[in-house]
Amino acid sequence: MSKVVVLGAGISGHTAAAFLKKKLGKKHEVVVVSPNSYYQWVPSNIWVGIGQMTIDQVRFKLDKVYKKWKIDYKQAKAISINPEGDANSKRPFVSIEYVVGEKQGQIEKVDYDYLVNATGPKLNFEATPGLGPDQHTVSVCSYDHAAHAWEKLQEALQKMEQGEHQTFLIGTGHRMATCQGAAFEYALNVAFEVKKRKLEHLADIVWITNEYELGDFGMGGAFVKRGGYITPTRVFAESILAEYGIRWIKKAGVYKVEEKLAHYETLAGEYKTQKFDFAMLIPGFAGAGIKAFDAKGEDITSVLFKPNGFMTVDADYTAKPFEEWKASDWPETYENPTYKNIFAAGIAFAPPHSISKPMETANGNPMFPAPPRTGMPSGVIGKVIALNIVDKIKKGATTYKHRASMGRMSAACIVSAGYGIRHGQAATMTVSPVVQDWEKYPDWGRDINATVGEVGLAGHWIKLFLHYMFMHKAKGYPFWWLLPE
Amino acid sequence: MENKKIIVRGYKDEFYPPIPTRGTKFWRGCFIYQIYKFFVLNYKIMMMVVKGHS
Repeated sequence: MSKVVVLGAGISGHTAAAFLKKKLGKKHEVVVVSPNSYYQWVPSNIWVGIGQMTIDQVRFKLDKVYKKWKIDYKQAKAISINPEGDANSKRPFVSIEYVVGEKQGQIEKVDYDYLVNATGPKLNFEATPGLGPDQHTVSVCSYDHAAHAWEKLQEALQKMEQGEHQTFLIGTGHRMATCQGAAFEYALNVAFEVKKRKLEHLADIVWITNEYELGDFGMGGAFVKRGGYITPTRVFAESILAEYGIRWIKKAGVYKVEEKLAHYETLAGEYKTQKFDFAMLIPGFAGAGIKAFDAKGEDITSVLFKPNGFMTVDADYTAKPFEEWKASDWPETYENPTYKNIFAAGIAFAPPHSISKPMETANGNPMFPAPPRTGMPSGVIGKVIALNIVDKIKKGATTYKHRASMGRMSAACIVSAGYGIRHGQAATMTVSPVVQDWEKYPDWGRDINATVGEVGLAGHWIKLFLHYMFMHKAKGYPFWWLLPE
Repeated sequence: MENKKIIVRGYKDEFYPPIPTRGTKFWRGCFIYQIYKFFVLNYKIMMMVVKGHS
């Protein structure tokens, strides 16, 4: 009997655990360790943030699903990994700390044959002084943050209904933040809600971003076929912002936030400020901060993790200039090169470099988006890791049949731009692959025939449909395994 | 005579991107056309996802 431990129950971890248990059955053990008692469908947090969905529509309790699947679920956070065991036993284990209940604060050693690190991002609000829901800005990164954002947004809307002008500042809250797509989506939805209430004359909506050009989205931008032209996503993004009456500040890295005032540095090295009444700024991400120790108790964290806390995998981490980056730099199996029974899925893996070109301000501060690896790539990676582990356990496989490089994987990004079955909108974009491959696609970096860039009601329906479909899948309802990642 | 505020549509970033025409906005919201688009986009996305990993 083999034992697989999955750290994290987000899109990646939950997908991995689901497929592991389905394929391994009763003979083998699957354990999930997660400090959160809920699964959340993160893409729909935006709708919680504008009051169109409730918290309970985007989340559900994990324990019931794991009980049904006979997965051992521990509500705890991972503290450290001992991939070689310790002085008492050679068996590898992860140390976890329970976060609730009678066992709160207790440390337990959970041994494993295979470990999947799917801990996702630490929302690094501390990296920008004054940022975050406990301070001066709101967030939509989790369902509780999004619910809080809706409360604050309602206050702002009420002030406008009483004739008071409001400035909304939405975008990235760190020089290297990612998830521009989520912030962009929130900006469009706020504009939609303002317009719905006929309050545009009292609103100034500002998009602030660390992107070199709009439409970068941490992917270095893309090209789409639209209206008889091959159009950069810069034009696509600018067009929709202009249509919604949103002005923008680009090449801007927020480095400090005070009460109603955001401080940012421009790529040119200028220090500027932007006033706001309501601000939703995405924080930078970091790894979960898990440590690692060898059998003697020596700290080997740097063997498993990069300094930013993300786990080293089968990527090419050789430092090289942007012009020498290749799609093949990106990992395929997400296996740690030193400990072959440890994998990192979703945001938890350390990318070889960004996708967007690295930039530095005139003051020497790096300013460019970190690479996004949320949503579809996360789910696919979780599934592929699970299938490879299953092959190892059941067939003794020594090579990996299943691979999922972001340099070959496609992704769809649907940016809601207004909620409503009759009057909603969304911008639908597909890219293939996620990471540009200029060797294979010298003209546009990606397969131009596989790209889509459309705005319309259909996109909104698709996003709603995907919400219900992925919730169905995550809850383990009938035929969940047939639904794609 | 009432002084009407004149806005010159130029010389700022937000004035240069393409803005959809009334016709484009109509088709974006046209129910029947968007039902067709729903199936076409879903098909494209599905094909892309299926080819996405080995």
